[in-house]
Amino acid sequence: MATESTVPPTPAALASGSGSAPAHEIPGLHVPSRSVRGELRAIRAVWRRELIRFSRDRLRILTSLVQPFLFLFVLGTGLSTLVSSSTHGVSFRTFIYPGVLCMAVMFTAMFSAASIVWDREFGFLREMMVAPVRRSSIVLGKCFGGATVAGFQGVIVMAIGPLVGVHYTLGLALEIFALQLLLAFSITAFGMMAAARVTQMQSFMALMQMAMMPMFFLSGALFPVNKLPAWLGVLNRIDPLTYAVDPMRRAVFAHLDIAPLARRALDPGVTWWGWHVPGLLEAAVVAILGLVMLAVAIAEFSSVE
Amino acid sequence: MDEPAISVTGLAKSYGEIEAVCGIDFEVARGETFGFLGPNGAGKSTTINMLCTLARPTSGSARVAGFDVVAERDRVRRNIGLVFQDTTLDNYLTAEQNLRLHAELYGMPRETIAPRMKTVQEMLQLWERRDSLVGTFSGGMKRRLEIARGLLHSPRVLFLDEPTIGLDPQTRSSIWSYISSLGREQDITIFLTTHYMDEAEYCDRIAIIDRGKIVVLDTPEALKASVGKDRVQIHTDDDEATIAALRERFGIEARMAEGVVTFGVAEGEQFVPRLFDEWDPAHPPIRSVSVARPSLDDVFMSYTGSTIRDAEAGSTDMMRNMARMMSR
Repeated sequence: MATESTVPPTPAALASGSGSAPAHEIPGLHVPSRSVRGELRAIRAVWRRELIRFSRDRLRILTSLVQPFLFLFVLGTGLSTLVSSSTHGVSFRTFIYPGVLCMAVMFTAMFSAASIVWDREFGFLREMMVAPVRRSSIVLGKCFGGATVAGFQGVIVMAIGPLVGVHYTLGLALEIFALQLLLAFSITAFGMMAAARVTQMQSFMALMQMAMMPMFFLSGALFPVNKLPAWLGVLNRIDPLTYAVDPMRRAVFAHLDIAPLARRALDPGVTWWGWHVPGLLEAAVVAILGLVMLAVAIAEFSSVE
Repeated sequence: MDEPAISVTGLAKSYGEIEAVCGIDFEVARGETFGFLGPNGAGKSTTINMLCTLARPTSGSARVAGFDVVAERDRVRRNIGLVFQDTTLDNYLTAEQNLRLHAELYGMPRETIAPRMKTVQEMLQLWERRDSLVGTFSGGMKRRLEIARGLLHSPRVLFLDEPTIGLDPQTRSSIWSYISSLGREQDITIFLTTHYMDEAEYCDRIAIIDRGKIVVLDTPEALKASVGKDRVQIHTDDDEATIAALRERFGIEARMAEGVVTFGVAEGEQFVPRLFDEWDPAHPPIRSVSVARPSLDDVFMSYTGSTIRDAEAGSTDMMRNMARMMSR
């Protein structure tokens, strides 16, 4: 208590009733108190770690490209003979290309979120959790990292566009890239939310598979979303991924040189009770869902001791 | 007049029905190396977790580096370094990348990061391997890197939870030489837990904790002096009869410890000839006798009634239950 008398208590300390805190700032103590800048540095540090780890993991970059290629060139080519009569001269590969763009991003983002389960298993999560920063900064850093990594993966799939008849302008490339980042961010947030509760890697992967596959198949990545049977139409409109695939397809088809009839058939757009949902609103749906899941993830991680 | 580095009053933590720590009090002075000694499951890790703000006390309070562990959590965190039982390094990053990430998370001023990283890595002899992936490090190197990282942000109190667990004896002693030099040269308070008796000897003071309570707290020398007796162990074919014989003829209350008849006498070496002189041929023949100066094992035994190894065997079930509860 003797140390207290050497320093007059600050008003804040008096108000809080604890007079001892300011007396203990000794010279040579390097760590400053919590600040916005500190939180931003923490976010960036966690983000950078994701990038370093991703760049080391060349195998992961390669393997996560297998699935998009299978869908695009094997499934796409195989089915094109069957469906050629109804695609109005547009290649089936071109048709599913926007969906495959989404898929590439989705699975990479999911793996990024899974890394927090590994972090917990190998103890590194603890190092981050005990740091004198907000848990939200850790979660945000992870989400941005996942989005960046998945965005990079998306760029590789974007680069194969010309092979399926999609030639980019700068505007289209930016639009697609922005949508990919948004989707990747939301999926990572979803994965983080799940990872807060599911602590076993096997269970986490099983859960993710269970969520991802239906989301992908229902989203309209592989079929036009009008003229569906009622039950499928409802499921399709509920599926959040629908609202990422649809604007992606709109952007691509707006740049294709095809007949208006073909465009109407292949890119009908999502409707709610007959009303055409604008692309910006669809992107907003993805963003809002992502933010909600991010908020849940932050709350979950903050409440853990 | 310095405020103590750590002061604890009535600190308690329960997990449901189980009381892991039941109201402990102690103080650690600045610059002291303080050891928490006890079997697994005695409440050591729970205590350290409360002091590090990782677990909320059920009742009582604790101040670390002058800050309250509940009300001023971040201030506490900023002023302590942590080395956990299990490794918390990222194996896919290099040693330097691990340290740099830590520096960023702790908000160290940029210009201090590089020199400070060099200092701690040189101190723990890791400088040569700074660009190697941590995954390629041996267990001892990983532990050293964790200590280096714990020191990076110049904490005032360093917490080490079983710093040498799972390491071979040689590595253990080298880790200890680092820890001892820290205490001397860095003016840093060290709080550690261990269940190795020989390691507790390195501490300035130790607290023996058993079943969530501090049973005694003093310097290792004072504790050993307080026992004041040598430890004698007798091997025969019939332990029951031996204990009975010791009671009848010598008035000594012996008991079983680690499967051997054990008791304490003031002058062990002089007692042995007397033992053989007066040992009745009707008693079970003595196969061997050993006499030992009081060690911390004896201290532990005289205060808790069992050796630390026996206590561990008994508390394993309880520990398992707790581990299950804590990992949910």
